[in-house]
Amino acid sequence: MSEFKQNTNVDAQGRKCVIELQNVKRDFIVGSETVHALRGVSFKIYEGEFVTIMGTSGSGKSTLLNQLGCLDTPTSGEYYLDGIPVKNMKRSQRARLRNRKIGFVFQNYNLLAKTTAVENVELPLMYNNNYNAKERRRAAIEALEAVGLGDRLMHKSNQMSGGQMQRVAIARALVNNPAVLLADEATGNLDTRTSFEMLVLFQKLHAEGRTIIFVTHNPEIAQYSSRNIMLRDGKIREDVLNENILSAAEALAALPKPQDE
Amino acid sequence: MSFTNLLRVAITAIMSNKSRTLLSTLGIIIGVAAVIIMMAIGQGSKESVRSELSKMGSNLLTIRPGSDMRGGVRQDPSAMQTLKMDDYLSIQEKAHLITHVSPEVTASGQVIYGSKNTTSSMYGESPEYMDIKLWQIEDGECFNDEDVKKSAKVCIVGKTVVEELFGDKNYDCVGKTIRFKSIPFRIVGVLKAKGYNSWGMDQDNVMIAPYTTVMKRLAAQTFFSSIQMSAVSEERSDDAIEEVTAILRENHKIKDGQEDDFSVRSQQEIMETMSSTMDTITLILVVAAAFSLLVAGIGIMNIMLVSVTERTREIGLRMSVGARGRDISRQFLIESIMISLTGGIIGVGLGYLVSWIASVVGLPCSVPLWAVILSFCVCACIGLLFGYVPARKAALMDPIEAIRYE
Repeated sequence: MSEFKQNTNVDAQGRKCVIELQNVKRDFIVGSETVHALRGVSFKIYEGEFVTIMGTSGSGKSTLLNQLGCLDTPTSGEYYLDGIPVKNMKRSQRARLRNRKIGFVFQNYNLLAKTTAVENVELPLMYNNNYNAKERRRAAIEALEAVGLGDRLMHKSNQMSGGQMQRVAIARALVNNPAVLLADEATGNLDTRTSFEMLVLFQKLHAEGRTIIFVTHNPEIAQYSSRNIMLRDGKIREDVLNENILSAAEALAALPKPQDE
Repeated sequence: MSFTNLLRVAITAIMSNKSRTLLSTLGIIIGVAAVIIMMAIGQGSKESVRSELSKMGSNLLTIRPGSDMRGGVRQDPSAMQTLKMDDYLSIQEKAHLITHVSPEVTASGQVIYGSKNTTSSMYGESPEYMDIKLWQIEDGECFNDEDVKKSAKVCIVGKTVVEELFGDKNYDCVGKTIRFKSIPFRIVGVLKAKGYNSWGMDQDNVMIAPYTTVMKRLAAQTFFSSIQMSAVSEERSDDAIEEVTAILRENHKIKDGQEDDFSVRSQQEIMETMSSTMDTITLILVVAAAFSLLVAGIGIMNIMLVSVTERTREIGLRMSVGARGRDISRQFLIESIMISLTGGIIGVGLGYLVSWIASVVGLPCSVPLWAVILSFCVCACIGLLFGYVPARKAALMDPIEAIRYE
């Protein structure tokens, strides 16, 4: 997007670097003590990768997620999102960047209450004046169809199951065609079966070329992603490519069928 | 976010919590209705006083003795004796802008007929007084210039006096003789009723006799307590005042630079005095009502603060998907303005309704347009003012904390 200053960067296979962290540190001052949540994290994520970021609580993964989502800025180091340096951006500039480049999926869905699926999905585009009402509606419907909810457009958030709500949330994250999809424990509130359904969806999006970062504490999920970054004590402990990506669809088929079906 | 989107979001938010919105709107409704009603009453009574006064003759001028300075001591006007027969005659003769003139001498006391008595005022006037004060004779006729010349013991009486003395206000009393301060007066006419005026004075509790009679036989004085006149028109009242003032200054041999020993006032001025008194009373009432608007505003601020806290997660979500602080603050500002404006509209409607009922019942009420416009502006300001603090609170939230708020 030409509205942001870019610093494009390509890897050996010609893939664009979407995320680049250069020695990112983040300190919090709690009372008189300084807590080092991130102690110098560096990595690059290229277009089309499906990366899981794992770590126990306290490992700094939430802090890292906030950095990646432009909700927070580093104490030192630099973060480039799609080539755009984020560190010195103002609040309102980062809001705009989130609006254009990032799609969030939260653990607890965070849908607007008493609001239809399609209106929930339209929300990010409400903050983008390049879309008029008609274009917004069309984009929302397309996004809902992409997550398999084309027949639930007018259902309100309280009339849907957890899985359906999370699909709406994913559609909302996709509607602005983001550079990166950031999922924060996106299967945390769902049962095993629905979790696998979600993973099937994420793998489908990955196959379509989406860049996905999935933050989780569940090691099982790493098997379905293309790369796994492990955090401990604010540092990267492990960063490995997954050579043997399991198919979530097969895992789902192997699950015992629910009784009522 | 575009304005139409903001409006839609605000309407959705308001509609999703109807009862709470209604309750917080109620304060504004009551406040605005109170202000409108108070203004309507103020305006209505002002208009009724004006029409009352103009019924008494809008071109009426009154000369009173007064403004007399002797050695720096201002004299009590009632003790002053500056208005004399000469003045009356020269006004009659020289003043071109005066159509009617009547000297006035008053006396109060007991009036008796048979075994009944009442207290009333006897006004000594010339026959022209009927035209000046727009009195009409219902029965009989007015006394004439001949009666004035002879200081005849005749009078015309108001309806209240007739009722008190004869037991029935329609009693045919023309020709009967009543006694006022032990002097017998023959009734020659009965005045058509005027009723109470708007400041509660019974205009029919009155007796009118030739001024000469009252001067010589009752008051035993050679000066007038005032001179009543009609100017040729309401518009030329001021010119008439100047003319009369010049005549009287000459009569009283007042040198240039010296103060008048009398004052000439028009009905216009009396009206203005009355109006300004009314305005003050109205202002006090409106200020009292406006305080209820202030309280209502605080109510809105309170409910908006609750709403902001309740919707912390929503705010966090909106920020995560790209809402800037100002998008969030505008959203809440528009919501509070809409609540207070809706209250304003309903309040104005209610105010109109109550004023209309009051005017049907007989209270003078009239809603001034500027009060309606002012109410809307005040409501918008209240929404803006009291919505600001909650909106700012929302805008300054940290999206990281807000999105995880439980």
